[in-house]
Amino acid sequence: MTTGRLFGPPELSLRWIAVWQRNLLVWKKLALASVLGNIADPLLYMVALGYGIGAFVPEVGGMKYIAFIGTGMVCQSAMFTSSFEAMYSAFSRMHVQRTWEAIINAPLSLDDVMLAEWIWTASKAVVSTTAILAVIVALGFGHSWLALWIVPLGFAVGLTFGAFGLVMNALAPSYDFFTYFFTLVLTPMLLLSGVFFPVDQMPAALQGVAAFLPLKHAIDVARPLVAGVVPGSIALHVGVLLAYAFAAYYVALVLTRRRLLK
Amino acid sequence: MNPSLRDPPPRAPRPEAPRAADVAAARDVVLRVAGLRKFYGADEVVRGLGFEIRRGECFALLGPNGAGKTTTLRCCLGLIDPDGGSIEMVGLPVPESARAARLRVGVVPQVDNLDPDFTVAENLRIYGRYFDVDRATLAARIPRLLEFAGLGGKERMGIRTLSGGMKRRLTLARALINDPELLILDEPTTGLDPQARHLIWDGLRQLLTQGKTILLTTHFMDEAERLATRLAVIDHGTMIACDTPRALIDAEVEPEVIEVFGDDARAWAGAQGRALAARLEIAGETAFCYAADPQPLLAALAQAPGVRYLHRPANLEDVFIKLTGRELRD
Repeated sequence: MTTGRLFGPPELSLRWIAVWQRNLLVWKKLALASVLGNIADPLLYMVALGYGIGAFVPEVGGMKYIAFIGTGMVCQSAMFTSSFEAMYSAFSRMHVQRTWEAIINAPLSLDDVMLAEWIWTASKAVVSTTAILAVIVALGFGHSWLALWIVPLGFAVGLTFGAFGLVMNALAPSYDFFTYFFTLVLTPMLLLSGVFFPVDQMPAALQGVAAFLPLKHAIDVARPLVAGVVPGSIALHVGVLLAYAFAAYYVALVLTRRRLLK
Repeated sequence: MNPSLRDPPPRAPRPEAPRAADVAAARDVVLRVAGLRKFYGADEVVRGLGFEIRRGECFALLGPNGAGKTTTLRCCLGLIDPDGGSIEMVGLPVPESARAARLRVGVVPQVDNLDPDFTVAENLRIYGRYFDVDRATLAARIPRLLEFAGLGGKERMGIRTLSGGMKRRLTLARALINDPELLILDEPTTGLDPQARHLIWDGLRQLLTQGKTILLTTHFMDEAERLATRLAVIDHGTMIACDTPRALIDAEVEPEVIEVFGDDARAWAGAQGRALAARLEIAGETAFCYAADPQPLLAALAQAPGVRYLHRPANLEDVFIKLTGRELRD
């Protein structure tokens, strides 16, 4: 393919919606199992650590520990759900089932497919975000309309990590490749972004690293929202998330074009 | 007044008929490929390929593995950009208007890519949505397509439970979901058993009777000979011949073939065959004797007890082998 087309901006059309709907239809068939799969892990952490550690540490940063970790888990689940969808599930559709190939023989472009998959990863992040938020509310926290802003925040986290996942997807020779991303990127992200303990308790160097982590910025927005407070520096936090999202998406798009349109 | 500036005398109107026919013929071209070139790195896999397919034709691209068939199809669909030449599909320039062109084209890919997450009928319905076919049209079209594909009553079956032949037929039905003007098939029967291949051929012939236009790639001679109204033999990215199957056979090879095989075949070919046949080729333990008049060969073979032979009319495979050689392609 020509350089112009390889590096060109996304070729946009509304046809991506049909691909998003296709994914929704598949998801509907297994929705219950899928939602349980997405939220079981974060819920277990939240309840076990929330009550277990919460017995020793009643409050962190003015929040009950279970609400503190619960908010972290909301963001964590958005991260893992979208990453997983963009890697394993998208890879199945792209490489194993060749579903994308079938779609781009119709009047859709690869750019349409990529946009649909990207929005889809964020949509799934919204589902798990909402499910965990509902549990937090049921446990008696986040009783403020502000907490509802967590849902669009989950979408933004989904866009960021969905785009990261799509970069990995474009490079992956097989499913095994995704393990690198989990162990080298997502696990450190989880431990350094303030999911389990406040970032300001870490050494200064690690705090410096954390400042660049998108998950940390998501949590900085989510915690005040659950506490019923308008978060500070919203523009910065959301700006960092979306900057990562759009930059990674562009990289994913170019890499996927290079992989499939040759 | 200068006579040369006078109005020309009235004369009979120019005959319009041939021009109108030219215009109609031009409009009748469903796919026009001219001077197509494609490089992969320094390797030129398509080297100035050109052909035209008219409405109602079945045009076959015939060539060994790696001849550039699939690359040509991918260029026609606008999935990859050619490095030279021009393509016009259903009247639209490709790749510029590839999306609009694909709206009116159906594709059967080389490797099955039915959606395993959906049932038989869902596969057609979901695919129809990619073309914006409305629900009412889909509801009317899907049962007819399933009937056509011999999959009536299997609407709710999962894709994983279908046989290879059923999957291919469903893929063919899927390619028809937008009622395309042009159907593009990339090796439609590769990997199928003979019964399944015949079912696909019957389906394709039915579509041709209905006036559909078909472009197919194949490396099966019988497939090309049965289906194609015209075919192009391509090798190393260039076209080496293009005509109707019959005309190619008549033009390229002698009408009769005697295949001589058995332990003594090579020896016999050297001693007698080469002198009696118009042309003789040896592949492995078989000698292919080509001739306009087979009688001298048959008479000689009757005297040679150590060899066995098969006498048959020349076919497309003989043309293909003559044009592309006998060496193995991987």
